[in-house]
Amino acid sequence: MWPYIARKLLYNIPVYLGIILIVMACLRVNDPVTAYIGKNASEEQKQALRTSMGLDEPFALQYGRFLLKVVTLDFSERSWELKRPVGSILASSVVPSLSITIPALILTTLIAITISLCAAYVRGSLTDRVLMFGAVLGMSISLLVYVVLGQYFGAYWPKQNLGIGVFAIEGYRPITLSSLNNWVTYCMLPVIITVVLTIGYDTRFYRAVIVEEATRDYVTTAIAKGATKPKVMFVHVLKNAMIPVITHVMITLPFLVTGSIVMETYFNIPGMGRTLITAINSKDFPVIQAFTAVFAAIFIVTNILTDVLYALVDPRVRLS
Amino acid sequence: MTPARRPILEVRGLTTRFRTDRGIVTAVDDVSFDVFAGETLGIVGESGCGKTVTSKSIMRLLPARTTIIDPKSRIMFEGTNLASADERAMRKIRGDRIAMIFQEPMTSLNPVFTIGWQLDEALKYHTDLDSSGRRKRALEMLRLVEMPEAERRLDEYPHQLSGGMRQRVMIAIALCCEPDILIADEPTTALDVTIQAQILDLMEGLKRKLDTAIVLITHNLGVVAQVCDRVIVMYAGRIIESGPVHDIFHSPEHPYTRALLRSIPKSGHKAHGRRLPTIEGIVPSLFELPKGCRFQDRCEYRQQRCIDVEPELLDVGVGGRVGDPLRQVRCHFPLSGASSSPTIERTGVEP
Ligand SMILES: Nc1ncnc2c1ncn2[C@@H]1O[C@H](COP(=O)(O)OP(=O)(O)O)[C@@H](O)[C@H]1O
Ligand SMILES: [Mg+2]
Repeated sequence: MWPYIARKLLYNIPVYLGIILIVMACLRVNDPVTAYIGKNASEEQKQALRTSMGLDEPFALQYGRFLLKVVTLDFSERSWELKRPVGSILASSVVPSLSITIPALILTTLIAITISLCAAYVRGSLTDRVLMFGAVLGMSISLLVYVVLGQYFGAYWPKQNLGIGVFAIEGYRPITLSSLNNWVTYCMLPVIITVVLTIGYDTRFYRAVIVEEATRDYVTTAIAKGATKPKVMFVHVLKNAMIPVITHVMITLPFLVTGSIVMETYFNIPGMGRTLITAINSKDFPVIQAFTAVFAAIFIVTNILTDVLYALVDPRVRLS
Repeated sequence: MTPARRPILEVRGLTTRFRTDRGIVTAVDDVSFDVFAGETLGIVGESGCGKTVTSKSIMRLLPARTTIIDPKSRIMFEGTNLASADERAMRKIRGDRIAMIFQEPMTSLNPVFTIGWQLDEALKYHTDLDSSGRRKRALEMLRLVEMPEAERRLDEYPHQLSGGMRQRVMIAIALCCEPDILIADEPTTALDVTIQAQILDLMEGLKRKLDTAIVLITHNLGVVAQVCDRVIVMYAGRIIESGPVHDIFHSPEHPYTRALLRSIPKSGHKAHGRRLPTIEGIVPSLFELPKGCRFQDRCEYRQQRCIDVEPELLDVGVGGRVGDPLRQVRCHFPLSGASSSPTIERTGVEP
């Protein structure tokens, strides 16, 4: 297994170098300094900003420097806008993002797999049809409806009528080990809405995968051996279905870190998604460059993780 | 074969229908036969004639929602009617008393579990052995099916084995609980000719060793000649002829059987070994079965009666012995001529 992982990592190094090259080149097509402080700034002001970021040096040198910083995880450059080191911005925005996306992903996946297994188990029955109808219905409703209704019935209405303010939709306060209740206040409602939002699509997808697996020849063999229907579904079929399920989960993994931009925006949560959008809007060059480099790394790591998980589930992958 | 020998499986009037988009089709129509302990019974016929549906009806492996096994059908096994038995009863029988192997060894095994695990599973369901006992038994079974490097194979996955080896694994799984009957549905069709012969030899040997009856389903009469004691010929969901292999091969009564026999490639023409037997014309669609004999369109001896009346399956015992179940034909004009008319008069089907 380790040589396999090492090989995958090795393959991806040139990919990552290429991505950084392209990102850095793109960010320099229009002079980032002019874009930030505007045409009317004096040449001295511009030059000072340029020197502070090393933007006046040859591109190859900038590329090498930046790569070195990425490898050593040195994000000490300061944001032009916030005047804080990029590293500290990254660190403070990653926790809010993960506090929403990780619970949401875990809950959605577990619930969707459970429902889809049950639906596939009784496929064709009324229960199955009702569940799938519900899934399609859930998928077809606009995200805004969930957000608005969620905020109204989850936060506003209980507070106005019952005087209970369990959930808040603004005024995010950091979650620490000593203030875990902040998670309930600020993150739980976005998590619930995200789960409701994505569960329909995931359930339908997983059900289709499981139903297809259930028609395979090995299922007949298992029944002919004397296996019970639950054994067939929850052991034989499930393990095979894990292959497409893992792919599906892994594709969504990078969003764990990039954060749910929508939820962060509507609930005023300073996560990575919102931070990056703000940085782009204010042309905050150091933040944009560092965030893209980090996101690219995350995509590559999740890709490798996907391959490793495949290898764990599917013996056919292991040898090749 | 001693007449006193009792059948271990009695199929009577098995009729299996499917609900389809185009209506209900009868894929297996009033099929009756016996399986005697320790014998090899062949079921032959062209593709689509209902061989697989017959065997899956016995094992109750057909999709429950679209399959209707006629309530009058009886599949008697040790006093239980498998046609109407519940899932719990079927589970006890499947894999333990009646086992089955399939046509496609490449897909019949679960790709994500080891060979050892898949053998172990069957033993877990049907024996009281503990895990080390089961592993010992699994290894023993792999050795029995002459699996090279058996010990190592236990921890390998199906994709690491060739088609022939996978079929050996399937046989090992099927026989690990020493079933009374092994139903093999085209077990060698997907394999190379040389591997085919090896697998058939293996099944022959194991049948003797374990005293298991084999129901061998095939469209290849060459295979039947090699290993079967008796044979049933099916056509469009019906049995059209049955009898001891020797009789069927030397004096076929039904024109279809004779056509099948003529389509066997002569030995020496090995290249044609895997071709399906070809007989002129096509099998009638199950949706548009003719009123009379189902083989009429392709039969060179067709008469008006064949078009008007479907023949019954009647005894044609060589000695004309009444009630001998072992030699039957469904034809108004059996090829040997003589023995048919008295039988017809006896049962009085003629209008
Ligand atoms: N699940 C099913 N639903 C509808 N028709 C079926 C089903 N299974 C088999 N059949 C039909 O029953 C007939 C017999 O099929 P089968 O027993 O598989 O033939 P074979 O003799 O080649 O094994 C075919 O016409 C086939 O199309
Ligand atoms: Mg078949």
